[in-house]
Amino acid sequence: MGLEKFKNRNVGTQNYKKLDLTHPPKSGWCRFKQVASRTFKPELFVGLWVTLREMINALFRGKMHTTQYPLEKLPISPRYRAIHEMLRLLESGHYRCIGCGLCEKICISNCIAMETRYDENQRKEVSEYTINFGRCIFCGYCAEVCPELAIVHGGRYENASEQRASFSLFEDMLTPIDKLNLQQEYQGFGAISPNADDNIKKTPLAY
Amino acid sequence: MDGTMLPEVTAVGVIIKAILILAVISAIAGFGTYIERKVLAFMQRRVGPNHVGPYGLLQLAADGIKLFTKEDIIPQHANRLIFAVAPAITAATAFIALGAVPVFPGFTIPFVDVYVPSIASDVNVGILFVLGMMAAGLYGPLLAGMAQSNKWGILGSARTAIQFLSYEVVTGLSLLAPIMMVGSLSFVDFNNYQSDGTWLVVYQPVAFILFLIAGYAETNRTPFDLLEHEAEIVSGYVTEYSGMRWGMFFIGEYANMITIGIIASVVFLGGYNDWWIFPGWIMILAKIAFSFFFMLWVRAAWPHVRPDQLMWLCWKVLMPLAVINVVITGIVMMAG
Repeated sequence: MGLEKFKNRNVGTQNYKKLDLTHPPKSGWCRFKQVASRTFKPELFVGLWVTLREMINALFRGKMHTTQYPLEKLPISPRYRAIHEMLRLLESGHYRCIGCGLCEKICISNCIAMETRYDENQRKEVSEYTINFGRCIFCGYCAEVCPELAIVHGGRYENASEQRASFSLFEDMLTPIDKLNLQQEYQGFGAISPNADDNIKKTPLAY
Repeated sequence: MDGTMLPEVTAVGVIIKAILILAVISAIAGFGTYIERKVLAFMQRRVGPNHVGPYGLLQLAADGIKLFTKEDIIPQHANRLIFAVAPAITAATAFIALGAVPVFPGFTIPFVDVYVPSIASDVNVGILFVLGMMAAGLYGPLLAGMAQSNKWGILGSARTAIQFLSYEVVTGLSLLAPIMMVGSLSFVDFNNYQSDGTWLVVYQPVAFILFLIAGYAETNRTPFDLLEHEAEIVSGYVTEYSGMRWGMFFIGEYANMITIGIIASVVFLGGYNDWWIFPGWIMILAKIAFSFFFMLWVRAAWPHVRPDQLMWLCWKVLMPLAVINVVITGIVMMAG
C-alpha cells in the first residue's frame, strides 16, 4: 500500500464515519423547544448537588483526597529507581560488593567510580566507591547487572541537599551495621507496590 | 419607627459608621478569599490552605504581607495616572455603595439612650445609589485594562464593556418590580415592607432569579467571570497589576460580593426582620453568609459562559423576562 492515502491532508475529502449526533433544530419552534428544555431541565442543580456531595464526602465521610506530603507519604513501589543502596550479607554483616566492577562498566552515564584492592585474605575489597548523582540517570543497569544483589535502588527519593556529595559515598549508601535487621531484600523487577491491593478500583463505567 | 425615637444622625455617628464599614468590610473581604479557597478546596476534595496558623486561618495575614511588600510595577508605556487611579475606583465605589445599605436593625445604645440606625445614610433613592455606585465600579476594570498597554488588558476591558452593557439593564428591570410593589427606593422601606414575615421572593421569584444572575455578572463572578478569565485572556484587566494595586481590585470584588448579598437579603429575603426565635441581626448574617457561600458553590459547580453568550442571555432572554415580569406585576397591582 502506498502512502498516497496518508499524504492527503485535505480535511473533509476522506471518508469519515460520522457519529450519530442529535440534529440541530430546524424550525423556530424546535429551537424554542431546545431553549426551553435546556432552561428548565434541572441540570444546573445536578451540578450544584455533585459539588455539594463531594464537599460532604470530603468533610464528613473522610474521603479527602489530599496526601499531606511531607507529613504523610504514599508507599513507594519496589520497582521505583531512587538513590542506590548498598546491601550487606545478613550472616556476617560484611558488605556484599565483591568489587567485580560490572556496575562501573555498564554505567551508561559514567557516573560510577570505584577502586578495589586485595585485602590480607586475598579477597577483593572496595576502597573507593562513589556515584556522581549529578550525572546518574537512574537507569537501573547497575542494579540489574550486579551478580550479588549488592547494589539496588532504594526508595529514597527526596534528593534535595546542600551538597551534591551527600548521597554518593559508599558508606552513605551502605546499610548501617546496626540497622542490618531492617535491611529490605530487593523483591525483583516484577514486584508490585505494597499498597497495590488498596489501589484496585472498579472500572468507572457508571456514567 | 415612631416619632419619639428619632434616629440620631450626627456627623460623628456617620463618620464612626463609615470607619466601621471600611474596617469590617475590608477585613471580611480579605477573609472571604480564605473562605473561598477553603470552600472550593472542600468541593474538590482538597484541604486548601492549612499551614499558616490553625486551619490556615492566618493565610490572610501571609497574603497581606506578601501583597504589601511586593514590588509595585507600572509598565513602561502605560498611562501612569489612569493605571494608578483605576484600582482605587473599584475599591472606593465598592465601599461607597455600602454606605447606603442597611445591615442590622437599628438599636439603642444603652446608658446614653441614643437610637442608632444601622445604616450610614438612609438615602431615599438607596437602590439607585447603590446600583449606580456598583455600575461606576466597572470603570475600574475598564480604565485599568486600557491604561496598561497590554493586549490582554485591552481584551479584558473590552469584555468589561460587553458585560456592563449586558447585565445593567437586567439589574434595573429586575429590581423594578419589587420597587413597584414597595413604592420606595429606600432599603429601610423594603425591610419594613417584609416585616410581616412574608419575604418578597414569594411574590417576585422571577425577579429574584434575574437579580441573582445580573448580580453575578455585576460582581464578575463565575459563571460570568469574563473580565479576567485566566484560561482565555491571562488575567484580563489585571494582567499588569501587582502588589497592593492588584489587592485593591480584589478587595473591591469581594466587597461587591457582600453588597450583592446584602441587597438580595434586604430586598428579596426578608431583610433584618426577626424570624421565628431568631433575632434580625442573626437572620441577616445568615442570609448574607449563605449568599456568599452560594457564589462560591456556583463557582465550583458551573462553567464559564462566553461573552457573546452572556450578551445573548441578557438581551434576548433575561431582559424580555424582566419586562414581562414588570408588566404582570403592574397588571396585578392595578387589578388588586
